[in-house]
This record gives sequence, C-alpha cells and structure tokens, in this order.
Amino acid sequence: MRIKSYLAYPQEGRKEELARSISNVEGCAVIPAKNRDVLIVITDSENQAADDRLRQRLECTESLKWLAMVSGFSGSERQSNV
Amino acid sequence: MYRGWTDRRGFIKKMAALSAMTAASAIFPGILFPEAQEWLGTGSEGLDWKKSPCRFCGVGCGLLIGIKGGKAVAVKGDVRSSVNKGLCCVKGYHSIMAMYGKDRLTKALVKRDGAYVETPMADALDLVASQIERTVEAYGKDAVSIYGSGQWTIPDGYVASKLFKGCIGTNNVEANARLCMSTAVTGFLTSFGLDEPMGCYEDIDHADVFVLWGNNMAEMHPVLFSRLLDQRLKRKGVKIIDFATRTTRTSMAADRSILFQPQTDLAVANAICHEIIENNWVNRVFVESHCSFRKGLTQMGYGLEDHYEFKDQSEKIDFKAYKKFLADYTPEKVEKRSGVSAKDIKYMASLYGDPNKKVMSFWCMGMNQHTRGTWIQNLVYNIHLLTGKIASPGNSPFSLTGQPSACGTVREVGTLTHRLPHGLVTNERDRAFAAKIWQVPAKNISPRPTYHTVEMFRALDRGDIRFMWIQVTNPMVTLPKLKRYRNGAQKADRFIVVSDVYPTPTTDVADVILPSAMWIERAGMYGNSERRTQYFEQMVEPPGEAMSDTWQLIEVARRLGFERQFSYEEETHIEEIYAEYRKHHDNDKHNMAPLSVLQSQPGAMWPYVRGKSTKWRYNLKYDPACTNGKDFHFYGKPDGRAVIWQRPYEPAPEVPDEAYPYWLCTGRVLEHWHTGSMTRRIPILHRAMPHAYVELNPADAKRLQIQTGDGVKIRSRRGEITLPAAVNQRGVPAPKQVFVPFFDENSLINELTLDAFDPISKQPDYKKCAVRVEKL
Ligand code: SF4
Repeated sequence: MRIKSYLAYPQEGRKEELARSISNVEGCAVIPAKNRDVLIVITDSENQAADDRLRQRLECTESLKWLAMVSGFSGSERQSNV
Repeated sequence: MYRGWTDRRGFIKKMAALSAMTAASAIFPGILFPEAQEWLGTGSEGLDWKKSPCRFCGVGCGLLIGIKGGKAVAVKGDVRSSVNKGLCCVKGYHSIMAMYGKDRLTKALVKRDGAYVETPMADALDLVASQIERTVEAYGKDAVSIYGSGQWTIPDGYVASKLFKGCIGTNNVEANARLCMSTAVTGFLTSFGLDEPMGCYEDIDHADVFVLWGNNMAEMHPVLFSRLLDQRLKRKGVKIIDFATRTTRTSMAADRSILFQPQTDLAVANAICHEIIENNWVNRVFVESHCSFRKGLTQMGYGLEDHYEFKDQSEKIDFKAYKKFLADYTPEKVEKRSGVSAKDIKYMASLYGDPNKKVMSFWCMGMNQHTRGTWIQNLVYNIHLLTGKIASPGNSPFSLTGQPSACGTVREVGTLTHRLPHGLVTNERDRAFAAKIWQVPAKNISPRPTYHTVEMFRALDRGDIRFMWIQVTNPMVTLPKLKRYRNGAQKADRFIVVSDVYPTPTTDVADVILPSAMWIERAGMYGNSERRTQYFEQMVEPPGEAMSDTWQLIEVARRLGFERQFSYEEETHIEEIYAEYRKHHDNDKHNMAPLSVLQSQPGAMWPYVRGKSTKWRYNLKYDPACTNGKDFHFYGKPDGRAVIWQRPYEPAPEVPDEAYPYWLCTGRVLEHWHTGSMTRRIPILHRAMPHAYVELNPADAKRLQIQTGDGVKIRSRRGEITLPAAVNQRGVPAPKQVFVPFFDENSLINELTLDAFDPISKQPDYKKCAVRVEKL
C-alpha cells in the first residue's frame, strides 16, 4: 500500500480544470482550497510501480504547474516531508 | 496515537490529507479547505455528531464531534455556527487527537521520598484538603492559593472562586489570563467602564479596512483571518493593514505591511490622533455627545521589584489640552522614534479618518503583553472615539483572546484577585451580593485584593504563600524570568497541587498530581472573544480516574466542611452551577442566556436580553441597556461617556545596549497551542513543528555568518538558551530583533524574559527585552 499526499499548484486561472482532471484519475482524491490557488491531492496505489505511474500521470496534467509531496506512507513505514 | 478511525487504509488517507492541510496552512495564511469536511467524514457513517466549541483558541469555532464506540473519532466545522460557518483551522481538525496521547494522566500521583506514587483519587483529594487546612492553620488564609486559566470552563472557575474567596476567605485566586489579557480588561475598564468588546465577529462582514495592531492573525486566529480574506475577495476596496514589529504570514497576506520599533506603537497611535484632529476628521457631534477627556499618572515604573504597587489617579482635561499634548506627536517627530515614515502614519490616519470607510482594529498579545499595555489600548480606542467609529456594524476596536474561555471564565466569572463574578472585592455591596448567592457570611469575603499572578509567584518564592493549586495551565513554561519562580515552587515547605491531562514542566514541581478530565470528557461552557457563551455536553468517558476540575474542587470543598455550599448532584452539577452563576449577572447589561438556549444552538452572546443576543453594545439600536435617550450610551461610566485618554509614549524598561544589542520578542506558532502540552502530542502537528527556533533578520544573520539550522546562543541578563536559527523562514524580524516561540518545553525561552509588567493591568511584557546573539 502506497498512500501519499501532495500540494498541487495549478497554472494561472486553471484551478478548477486541474481539480477536475486529477479527480478523474483512478486512485486520486482532490480537496481544493477555498481561498488559494492550491489543491490537496491524495493518491492511493498498491505498490511502488503503480505509485510511480500515478505520479508520472499527475505530472503530465496540462493545467498543473507544480506538484509538491507532503507525506508518504509505504506499507507500514512512513516518510514525511512536512 | 489516535485510534479513532477503524479502517486502516481510510485512516492513513485521512492522516495524509491532514498532513497536507497542515503544510498548506503553514505556507498560506488563512487557507481553508471547506470540502475537507466531507472528505474527512467519509467512512464515518453511523457516527453520533455532537456540537462543541473548539478546545483551543479564543476564536471559539463551533465544531461537530463524531462519536463512535465511546470515542471521539471525527471533527468537522459546524455550519450552524456564526463564528466559523462550518470552517476550521488545522488545530480544530486535529483537536480530538489531543485527548488520546499515550501518556495521559489517568491516576493521581503523590510525591513520596522524591518519587511519584500512584494513589487512589479519593486519598489524593483527602491529602489536598488536609494540606489546605494545615497551611491555613499554620500560616493564615492568605498562604493558600489557586492558579487557573482561560481554559477553565465557566463552572471550573466559578467553583474555584466560590471556594477560595467565599468559603476559605482568601482572594488568592488568579489565572494565567493575567499573562494574556488582563491589559485588555483594564483597557476596556478605563475607556468604557465595562469589560469586553462592544462589537462582534459580524463586524467583519461590514468593515472596509482592517488594521491589525501587532497581531499575527493568520497564525493565531486563522479562521477569523480567513473571514477577512474572504471579505477582501468579495468586496471591492477592502484593505488589510498589518502594523507590526516583525514580518509574518499576516504581513505577507496584507495589502500593506508597516513595521514599527518595539514600544513605539504608543507614539504612532498618538500621531494618528494628531492627524485626525489636524485634518478635521473628528466626528464632533459624537465626541461632544459621548466622550470625555482625561489624563492619568505617568512614569509609573515597571513592577520589577517585589511588593511594587501602583494606583492610577486621573483628572479631567478638555479637548484643547488634549490637542496641545498631541503637538509632540506630529508624524514627522514620531517617524524618528518609531521608524514608521510620516507618510505611512498619515496613510493610516487617513483610513481611520475617511468618513466613508468602516474600520476594525484587531489586536491580541502585541498590545496586551506590553508594559504600557493599558495605555496603548486607550490610544486605539481614542482613534475610534475621535472618529465616532465604534459600537456600530463594521466600526469596531476588537481585542482578541488566545484561550477558549479567557473571556467566559476569567473575565466574566472574575477569577482574578480583585474580582467577583459581579463587581469587585473592594466594594461592600458587591461582596454582600456574591455572599448571598454563595450562601456564606459577607465577612467571609476579604475586601483586600492580594496578589496578581507575578506577585503571587513571588509570594510563593518568598514563603508568603505556602500552598498553590494549579489547574489547567503550565506556568513552569509560561512565567517570565522563569528560573526564579521554578526555584520558588521547589522550595521546601511549599506544597504544589497540579491538575492536568499530561505531564508538563509544571507537574514536575508538584507534590500531588491530579488527573483531569479534558474538554468533552466532561460537560462545561466556554466564552469566546465576542461575548459568546457556548455549551458542550460530556461525550466520552475520561480515562482511568481522571475527574473534571470542577468536581475535584467540589470534592475538596466538601472535605473542608463546605457541604452546604457545594451540595450539587453529580449528574446535574454543571446545570446547577450555571443556574447559580447566572444570578450574578441578572441584569440587562450582562444577562447570560439560559442553558436550554446554549444547548439548542452554537452559543449566545451576552447581554442576552428578552430572548436575544446583543450584537453591538452601547448602541441604542441594538442594546436594550441604553437608557440615556441618545443614539449611544456608554453606561459603564457614571456620566455615560467614553473616555479619550491623554497617554504619552514611554520607553520599555530594558532596551538593547552594547552588551545586549538585540530585542527579543516571544510568541506562538500556527501548529501549536500555547505551551504545546496538547498539540505536541498530536503527531501531525508535532512533526510539522517539532521544536523551537530563533528567527533572525537576514542582514544580521549574514553579518554573524549564521544560516538556517545553525546553532545560536541567545543570552539575556537572566539566562541563556541554544536554538537552531531560522533565516527567511516563516517570519522575518526587523534588523537587531529576534523572535522565539514559547511552545517548546525543551527550549524554555522564558528563562530569558523579564518580569516587568504594565502597572495598571499587572500583565507582563513578553515582547521586549534585550539579548545577545552568538553563533555556536
Ligand atoms: S481558529 Fe481557533 S477556535 Fe477555530 S478551529 Fe482554529 S484553534 Fe479552534
């Protein structure tokens, strides 16, 4: 089990589009900020390979400017960038 | 570790989301995630949702707590609450986790031969009662004391005051709110004759300009700050001005950040008044009808010596004399002292002076923890009074509080040495009134106030006080010049009882540690910054033998022979105590809402008159207590007029010099609540902010060759501490200033601070002392 959370920054004026795109990706959940141009993204994948694929897919999203990982859980271990 | 969520995958995902919210909050001031409610709520079907005010800050957000299987397992903002309208900050979302730390105190501990021994709660309470008796017999009533806090619920503070003042007969009752907002009280009392803000949070929805006086609202009152940002998004022309000594997240979000040299806010406020008069922005009709002018004593000293006493004496002056006094405060003269350009002073004055703008001023510790704190509050009120921008929607000087019930318990119940629930111990009528409700002879209540907080701990050190019961606060982290007071508490023949939920540096000095029930493990009420009283029911059982502070006090009172005064039933005692407490405020100026109202809605604001909260006091349109037939009535003063005070600039007691060339300012951080005894046990918040640090100005850091993470020694005349440096991180102090947060019990910055206080409020100044900075 790989669970990660990210802060995702949209290209200017494309926050809603980014939220829509990411929430359509399987294994991703999105919580948009109300008053800032940033989204929380939570990803859930079964293993490292799937997690890598998911991240690559997110990074290819056109309306995304920048993706910053905040915390990551891998199996019973936990790493955090907080 | 918090064990609420049952499904592990779901739990980890929610933790990941909370981590991201915490990180985002640290980066973006006032950021909110309303959709997090639903997201965090998924998988929480079958929960029993119950309402409560937040456990942490004085904003008093309404929360809904999800209960399942006897545990609190989820939190969301209460959309019915007018305070936060369903929003929450990171501390609120994490609040329930603070109950489930691994090292909760669950058993009473009694120190025997230097080691703590688990003891049945009943035996520990016997010991506390017998020690009070022994101390009174050997040293007199004024040798026993109780020290509580603005985290006491209303019933806690009420029974503490009744027991110590009414039954035992000593006024040795104080609360940590003395360190936090007693200056706000004296500010209100001197200007208006009655405590607490005239307006309410709804002012935010009407104001055009928000001036934040030394108030890092983005980190300390995040939900309210988000309401400011929201107004700026919604309405054209709304402006936020950050007037501070340090650049913070608030400054970064503000439209204008104006920095001033420590203590010179006094001079700038006077300069703003000078400009208002010079430019004919005075609301003459308002001032002539509703204000008087006075001046008080100056050169009061700073309370640095034991037994220091001061009583202000004021005299009436007229507008002409006041105007003459302000001639010394032209923007150009003040620029030299304050570092604020004359242009910026004029700009601020023009915002207050513009008749078409509604203005709110906010402040908290910057103005409260100030050796001339009462004066600076008077001066900000002067600005609002001169322009008539007060007590009407959107025009509001607003003092914020840091604790959930600093207003509700300390200020309204009156858990300070000189106060009673209604009135003062020095007033015979007030004593008789309280004594009647408390069912004690009036002579039981001493007419003499004893010690304010700093002097109380000095008295403990000297041996004038021999017994102290500390509840729900952590003075061995928060007292200034800490070493003296810690040594005092540890002296032989001192007996310290500490009621708390976790071990702290304060439980370390205790002879008896009583495990307390926390927040929703018992029922109670808090009163927030906008005069709103909010009730919470008991939702879960406390662990082990933990008992509410209220019931601990009742048990001890009964052991001391006061069964009649404390004859409450265990099942209904909170209801009974609140009903008794309401009798003290049974009038149109302060009536408290009945419990049934508090149970049915997210709180009510006092004065609660004829079924309605009063949103704007002193304004005839909204306040039924106005009786002078005019549009405003400042009925706290005998002549019905608010006072415009002549108060000068005076320097701080300790200013940087060659040996100690930097100002030290201390304060809080977003992730931790005050001394961190609860939030440091919430893993996400602890990881996000694991230890204290010292913020330096980048130019100073460069000169001293210090980079972020380097060890830095900070030294004052009272002590020294080593901390990692933070350069260009969250906050940036002005040159020759450093900032250190106080939440970290492993890095006690209060070893360095000075125990100087405002002579009127007796509140210490934690924002200014002189230190030396060295790279390790
Ligand atoms: S702003 Fe204060 S009261 Fe509101 S959720 Fe945060 S800590 Fe609690």
